[in-house]
Amino acid sequence: MARVTVYSTPTCPWCIRVKQFLAENNISFENYDVGSDQAKAEEMIRKSGQMGVPVIDIDGTIIVGFDKEKIKTALGLKNA
Amino acid sequence: MHDLIIIGAGPAGITASVYAARKRINTLVITGNIGGQAAWSGDIENYTGYQFITGPDLAAKFADHMRQYNIALIENEAVITIKKSGDVITVTTDKGSYDCRSLIIASGKRTRDLNVPGEKEYKNKGLTYCATCDGPLFSGKDVAVIGGGNSALDAALQLVNIANKVYIVNNVSSLGGDAIMREKLEANPKVAILNNSQVKAVLGDKFVKSIKVLTPEGEKELPVQGVFVEIGLIPNSEFAADIDKNKTGEIKVDSRNETSVPGIFAAGDVTDVPEKQIIIAAGEGSKAALNVFRYLSQHKF
Repeated sequence: MARVTVYSTPTCPWCIRVKQFLAENNISFENYDVGSDQAKAEEMIRKSGQMGVPVIDIDGTIIVGFDKEKIKTALGLKNA
Repeated sequence: MHDLIIIGAGPAGITASVYAARKRINTLVITGNIGGQAAWSGDIENYTGYQFITGPDLAAKFADHMRQYNIALIENEAVITIKKSGDVITVTTDKGSYDCRSLIIASGKRTRDLNVPGEKEYKNKGLTYCATCDGPLFSGKDVAVIGGGNSALDAALQLVNIANKVYIVNNVSSLGGDAIMREKLEANPKVAILNNSQVKAVLGDKFVKSIKVLTPEGEKELPVQGVFVEIGLIPNSEFAADIDKNKTGEIKVDSRNETSVPGIFAAGDVTDVPEKQIIIAAGEGSKAALNVFRYLSQHKF
């Protein structure tokens, strides 16, 4: 099972979509609110080299934004 | 062959799809994303029935409403061209091509770029077009909102709760937008408003460190870590090459939402209908779908 971390803010629509997508595919993940967790915000910026949310870390593969195809590939999900 | 294709799934497209489904029109929705600009709005206090709802929540309710019906939906596709030959309208996207008898263009608007040095380099490195998304990352920092209309004021009002200082850089002599929002900002000690001012460059190293602004008192460098670009919108109408538009690129529609090409309708912010509001887009979407129903029943295909 891949280790999945989502860096998000509570208000961002794409963050909500990423979390919905992972839940629909029964992928468990850890979610960090980078709006309130400064340390995690810095971790996200260090990992992705940018400040836009959401950022998804799938076993070290960093994906910026809700890029469904990249997320599927990184998780080894078949195309629906 | 679909009876109807709807391009876009913001308030106009979603409402049109619900009305079309209830009229049992065989419909396909093609869209880049669901919710459109509504999903990027902050607090909404003027959509009747909700004294207060956030943009993402209202967009989620729209999407849930659409999913109550069995409407064919294609996401993450961008329309490249539309073409009508005879009675068949062909919609070509970056991934495929789809035929229909009638079309509703509800593709909305997108944010306008600043077009200054540093904008591309610092996108998502301090410069953003979505205060709702990225605002919380600028907690305790100094930020600038570029623009003076309602979307700029909305962004600034979200940011005063998060940031240390909020500059508003506005290129005309006073802020536009709703008086109630303007007054809240003018009264807030965290806010500095620079009127008659233009952004000349976005500067930094790995991330944004400042912006260069031309003010009536000369050039200033504002030390900010965040830049929120809110200088208006342009219609997503480039693919509709053969359809009449106004000089800003908005698609011209008549009172029945029909465009200059029979069978092709348009609704919402992409049209020349005055006033861009979620409730207006939704209303226009329903009107377009009802007129599509009339068009389809009056034509023999």
